[in-house]
Amino acid sequence: MALLEVKNLNKTFGKTAVLKNVSFSLPNGRCLAVIGSSGSGKTTLLRCLNFLETPDEGTVYVNGKLLYDAARQKAYSENKVRAMRTHFGLVFQNFNLFRQYTALQNVTLAPLLAAKGDKASKEELEAIREKGRALLKRVGLENKMGNYPHQLSGGQQQRVAIARALALEPAILCFDEPTSALDPELTGEVLKVIRSLRDQETTMIIVTHEIRFARDIADYVIFMDEGVIVEEGPPEQVIDAPSNPRTVRFLERYAET
Amino acid sequence: MVENVIKALQGGFLVSLELFGLTLLGALPLGLVISFGSMSRIKPLAWLTRGFVWIVRGSPLMLQLLVIFYGPGLLFGWNVWGGSDSGRMIAALTAFILNYACYFSEIYRGGIEGIPQGQREAGQVLGMTRPQIFFRVTLLQLVKRILPPISNEVITLVKDTSLARVILVYELMWEGQRFIKSAGIIWPLFFTGVFYLVFTGLLTILFRRLEKRLDYFTV
Ligand SMILES: Nc1ncnc2c1ncn2[C@@H]1O[C@H](COP(=O)(O)OP(=O)(O)O)[C@@H](O)[C@H]1O
Ligand SMILES: [Mg+2]
Repeated sequence: MALLEVKNLNKTFGKTAVLKNVSFSLPNGRCLAVIGSSGSGKTTLLRCLNFLETPDEGTVYVNGKLLYDAARQKAYSENKVRAMRTHFGLVFQNFNLFRQYTALQNVTLAPLLAAKGDKASKEELEAIREKGRALLKRVGLENKMGNYPHQLSGGQQQRVAIARALALEPAILCFDEPTSALDPELTGEVLKVIRSLRDQETTMIIVTHEIRFARDIADYVIFMDEGVIVEEGPPEQVIDAPSNPRTVRFLERYAET
Repeated sequence: MVENVIKALQGGFLVSLELFGLTLLGALPLGLVISFGSMSRIKPLAWLTRGFVWIVRGSPLMLQLLVIFYGPGLLFGWNVWGGSDSGRMIAALTAFILNYACYFSEIYRGGIEGIPQGQREAGQVLGMTRPQIFFRVTLLQLVKRILPPISNEVITLVKDTSLARVILVYELMWEGQRFIKSAGIIWPLFFTGVFYLVFTGLLTILFRRLEKRLDYFTV
């Protein structure tokens, strides 16, 4: 059974349909890569999954249970939406680290707030901090825990952002072009972290322009164009032997650059 | 003579200080309310608020003082403020608070709109509640952004308090000026100048300290 199942997602902004009947499923521990030219709706898809946008139509199932149904939108209170969000994590293109907090504080802020809301003991709070340190170590930043975002390179900031997302142990971790705001020489360190998550079978959705990386890492690839899933399948098929002319054209353009 | 002058200036200074303090006390929060109004999703409310802010910011404070003080009586025969010192003080405060709240509201609005949406969204994605996002993420960044323009306005307010004399609020300048007529001396006026300088100087130092304390991060 798929961990995540998305059915017929539709989203329009004003009169433009940005997502048109997007459906896919993702088994536990697998990695899905979403590729497509800019403006094809990839970011919107991730934002819908994290409920930063409300889809106009469609349903989302997690672990076989209906999590979200656009038809019942009005019934979802703010608290309900927050609960739904806990299934997903999102790593933004431009990191969005909290400016006034250190790397470690960025990682622990939300878990600490949640734990304090549940009247956690001192030991539990310390465990959260300890876990935050472990996560930063895992992304190779044990020496930068006390640094503020402006004291970190883009690659380091993005790694903090990944640790921050992991701290809440989301079932599905989403990446929105995690390296496209980075200087080329800094993409490697971020991709390496994502690869290590992949090795530990973290369930992931990665929107990326790094086609070679997508090919290496993904179990399944979706190519989107103008809000529609045009082609999908294992990377050997979609990337190495695309059958749809639009996919072919996109990949050719990519190969040129 | 000197004693009289000192006494008069002291009295005036206290009136100026009162005007200054109470204006801030009223205008800082009222400005936030007005800024919410001007950012409201209810369009007519937003337009109305912005129109009001435009009028207040676009006309002289002295004119507003005169209209608020004399307007009700002359237009409607309604003596709201009474004839006493405290009545005139309240009229002056009304004008000052409204005027400064409008200036502050624009500063707040700029500050709030300037904080990248991504900061709030990062909080949302991490399951934080709206109040948590406001108090733990947005607020301090907002304070850091608005501190410099707020400090400008606050320092302008110190000097603007002298306008209250047009409706016979006996603030510092009034008290200094009256010795020109009654005793033909101008030096009390120099002292008022020193008062303003010291006062604004202290505020400048205070604000610079506050800004320094928020130097550890960038927005
Ligand atoms: N908040 C919004 N309001 C209006 N249009 C939007 C909004 N967000 C995205 N769009 C439009 O939706 C389309 C898809 O955008 P996006 O999901 O960001 O694509 P991608 O991430 O694939 O580049 C674009 O045409 C974009 O202009
Ligand atoms: Mg995008």
